[in-house]
Amino acid sequence: MNSSDHGFNPAFNMAAIKQVFNEAVERVRMPTPMRLRDLIRQIRAARTATEEREVINKECAYIRSTFREEDSAWRCRNVAKLLYIHMLGYPAHFGQLECLKLIASPRFTDKRIGYLGAMLLLDERQDVHLLITNCLKNDLNSSTQFVVGLALCTLGAIASPEMSRDLAAEVERLMKSPNAYIRKKAALCAYRIVLKVPELMEIFLPATRSLLSEKNHGVLITGVTLITEMCEHSPDTLQHFKKNFSVVLGKGKKSSFKECSQEEIVPNLVRILKNLILAGYSPEHDVSGVSDPFLQVKILRLLRILGRNDAEASEAMNDILAQVATNTETSKNVGNTILYETVLSIMDIKSESGLRVLAVNILGRFLLNNDKNIRYVALNTLLKTVHLDTSAVQRHRTTILECLKDPDVSIRRRALELSFALINSNNVRIMMKELLLFLERSDPEFKAQCSSSIVLAAERYAPNKRWHLDTLLRVLIAAGNYVRDDVVSSTIQLISESVAEQGYVAAQLWRALEQDTCDRQPLTQVATWSIGEYGDTLLYGDVSVGDDPSDIVKVTEEEILDVYQRLLWSPQNSVVTKQYTLLSLTKLSTRFRTNVERIRQMVQQFGSHLHIELQQRGVEFTQLFNSHAHLRPALLERMPPMEVVRRDNGAQQQAQHSAVNGVLDIADVNTDESAINNDSNALLVLLGGSEGVIDTEADQANAKPPASIPSSTDNQDLMDLLGNLDIGSTAPVAVNNMNMNNNVHSTNNNNPLLLDPLGSLGSLSTPTQPLSALTSINPSSDTNCIVAYEKNGLRIMFTLEHGDSPTSISITMAAYNETSMPISEFLFQVAVPKTFQLQMMSPSGTTISSSGSVTQVLRIQNPNKGALRMRMRISYNSGGANVQDQAELNHFPTDWYQ
Amino acid sequence: MQFMLLFSRQGKLRLQKWYVAHPDKLKKKITRELITTILARKPKMCSFLEWKDVKIVYKRYASLYFCCAIEQDANELLTLEIIHRYVELLDKYFGSVCELDIIFNFEKAYFILDELLLGGEIQETSKKNVLKAIAAQDLLQEVSYGDTPVEL
Repeated sequence: MNSSDHGFNPAFNMAAIKQVFNEAVERVRMPTPMRLRDLIRQIRAARTATEEREVINKECAYIRSTFREEDSAWRCRNVAKLLYIHMLGYPAHFGQLECLKLIASPRFTDKRIGYLGAMLLLDERQDVHLLITNCLKNDLNSSTQFVVGLALCTLGAIASPEMSRDLAAEVERLMKSPNAYIRKKAALCAYRIVLKVPELMEIFLPATRSLLSEKNHGVLITGVTLITEMCEHSPDTLQHFKKNFSVVLGKGKKSSFKECSQEEIVPNLVRILKNLILAGYSPEHDVSGVSDPFLQVKILRLLRILGRNDAEASEAMNDILAQVATNTETSKNVGNTILYETVLSIMDIKSESGLRVLAVNILGRFLLNNDKNIRYVALNTLLKTVHLDTSAVQRHRTTILECLKDPDVSIRRRALELSFALINSNNVRIMMKELLLFLERSDPEFKAQCSSSIVLAAERYAPNKRWHLDTLLRVLIAAGNYVRDDVVSSTIQLISESVAEQGYVAAQLWRALEQDTCDRQPLTQVATWSIGEYGDTLLYGDVSVGDDPSDIVKVTEEEILDVYQRLLWSPQNSVVTKQYTLLSLTKLSTRFRTNVERIRQMVQQFGSHLHIELQQRGVEFTQLFNSHAHLRPALLERMPPMEVVRRDNGAQQQAQHSAVNGVLDIADVNTDESAINNDSNALLVLLGGSEGVIDTEADQANAKPPASIPSSTDNQDLMDLLGNLDIGSTAPVAVNNMNMNNNVHSTNNNNPLLLDPLGSLGSLSTPTQPLSALTSINPSSDTNCIVAYEKNGLRIMFTLEHGDSPTSISITMAAYNETSMPISEFLFQVAVPKTFQLQMMSPSGTTISSSGSVTQVLRIQNPNKGALRMRMRISYNSGGANVQDQAELNHFPTDWYQ
Repeated sequence: MQFMLLFSRQGKLRLQKWYVAHPDKLKKKITRELITTILARKPKMCSFLEWKDVKIVYKRYASLYFCCAIEQDANELLTLEIIHRYVELLDKYFGSVCELDIIFNFEKAYFILDELLLGGEIQETSKKNVLKAIAAQDLLQEVSYGDTPVEL
């Protein structure tokens, strides 16, 4: 090209000539860069990821150099290549400013690519926004409609609140442009601006009203979209449109606002919709025989908002909705799209009852449709309408229950929610049967939510206690470890208050407990609790299970103890479960007629357990077999029936939890105030007194006991009381170390009942041993237990045990919080080499109170007997700070994998 | 609509259009997770997926998946129609479109989408008008500046 050629052409000004000239010079100076399609070919030809990366890195380096040298002739080609590279996932932020330069260029290709790049590389978070706002402002004033169009499109995609404020006036001006192409884009830009900055709505109101008197479908649909958004988010604007619409159409008179309040925008929309339906075939807007479904749906939606809670407006649209509902061709998706929207509108406005029946029938037909999408939509919509017209939806119950078996998770989820909404006291038996079947077969992701919902529904509609209990037991069996804690506590509460059914329940639970229940911890907890409470009925009460009176559970004390032995020592059981079991076992000692000695031995073994909570309980309960044996029957009496306190007392329970300060987890079960019994209160006083004694003793030795003794006045029940025994026990140990033994014993003589426990505890040396073992683990002497991680007051211990087969290892992870602050959102993750298989059970909790712990069981298969290594990732929140850490663990004792 | 993604049977991203502001990192994460989830679904399953707080509507055309994220209360079936309309437009523009057309002319695919949707909402319901606007702009690229149309 030659610049002198253009000298005769007056259309080219000096600037243009200059640019053409510069480009010619640059083209000589710089080699032509690779074309976009050649780059794409090269990238696609790469055989490996490394090869691809090489090609891209090389090209990126080249592109950067051209950017540095301000090569404006090929800038658009280079940015286009960069956009392709960006789509492949490579960084491309260095092209942001180049996009702005392209936008500023007068050449249309440059602008087109520049705006495309701006939409892809910038979003509303970028600082370059001031620059782009200026570019947009220029182009919004361009005389070329497509340049204005590009600017509007970009503004609609990346508008930030600041940009919206700066450019709202420009957009408003363009909404009144004589050019429909610009008007429709400006209307959608206004929609985005209103979405971002609602207070800018007002400036658009006058221009918006006239959009509905258009013939052009583009302008109509964007106008309806804008009005919908405005009405949905501002009740004032909704009223404004209902009242003032007439003014623009020029039909209403100011004096008759009141009378024609709802008569203007609604009839206008109704007319547009009617014209659409009645219009003959128009190829431009037709989709498989339906006239402009996009516009129809938008109008139906706006009608819904206008008719909501407005009888007059609803009345005005009844006819057209009926017409659409009956006349729409439904063989294709597009017809059903419109029907779907129509049904939603009918259900939402104050429509005639006949119309509602029609709508529910449409949904019924949808449910039977072969197309899965239509069925999904039907379930979704029925869920929205079920509270309005339950009986109509009930008719489709069988079909809905059938959808629970659908292989598609989206459909199952919808069907499940709808099924729960349909339960009432008439159908609860049949519905629950299906839902329990679903629960048994469902994916883990459903189990937690589904089991909690079943429990709620059962509570609400249970026909009788027996049925209610059976349902809860089936939930515990079917949902296994996915059952939430609330189910455990509500089941125990129900058992406690159903006095007549307790024998039956204990027998049922015994049957469940006989099988392996390690994947059903919540069930085990409920079962041991019940057997502990009602074990005597189970053993000596001759209760029948089910309807057949001959089906009697015969069980001996030995059988029960064998099962308890397994539960207590199986590594698959969580610590909480073991706590339940240990307490239950202790309770059984007063229910059994023989075998008390065996129970004592089993309990005593826990006195040296590695887990501190269990050890504490072991030591405490042992006391009840030794010097405090006379207290045992009174202490371990059956719990009185718990009062029915349902959900609303949640806050109260919370308060009680904090009062007992996490002394015992089992407090969960016992927090009800009704559980306080007088015996334990009496003992509480005794212990309160004993603390005083220790204090005096320690003072005599001029040394304070190392453990601070919390006031025990808040303690309200048995378990807290036992917790206190432990706190007492740390003090005497210290006293003991200071050779205060004699003093303690001498005081003992004064008040034998009071000080006996202190004497025996003081002379106990066992509890200190495992404690020291915990603090200084020596792998050679105790290969069973290793410290896997210790940092920032978080200590993670692994207890290793052999699994069912010689190649499997079961690790119980216990995380101890040794800080003064609670740890929340605790997440423990483990990765093992590929030759291993790892299975992680759900943790006992995600929150660790100060000096508390959580546990989690890991099962590892090691078929190749390789050296066991693992990498751990730990994340938690402590005092508001998120902590994340990783650690490698290579020091597993070799005999565990060889 | 919050965003639209086009990706291949092999999980390669072919087009991405975001109408919500997310940092690049999050966009990548969402894209990756969605591609995996959708590719794992069986062909006979429905086209909808509840995912985080949005609803995903997707449809497969030959080797390409078209995937839109819409608000909870949006019409899922209409979104399928929008996807179909976009496919029809691509088909008309390229003349029986295939994945390669979209790979090598990705910018055109964006331009067409930008004439159909704006800010995530439909702006033109006439196929003819969309194609007319694209053709006119293509022409403007050819003639805009002197005699040197820039080939990308």
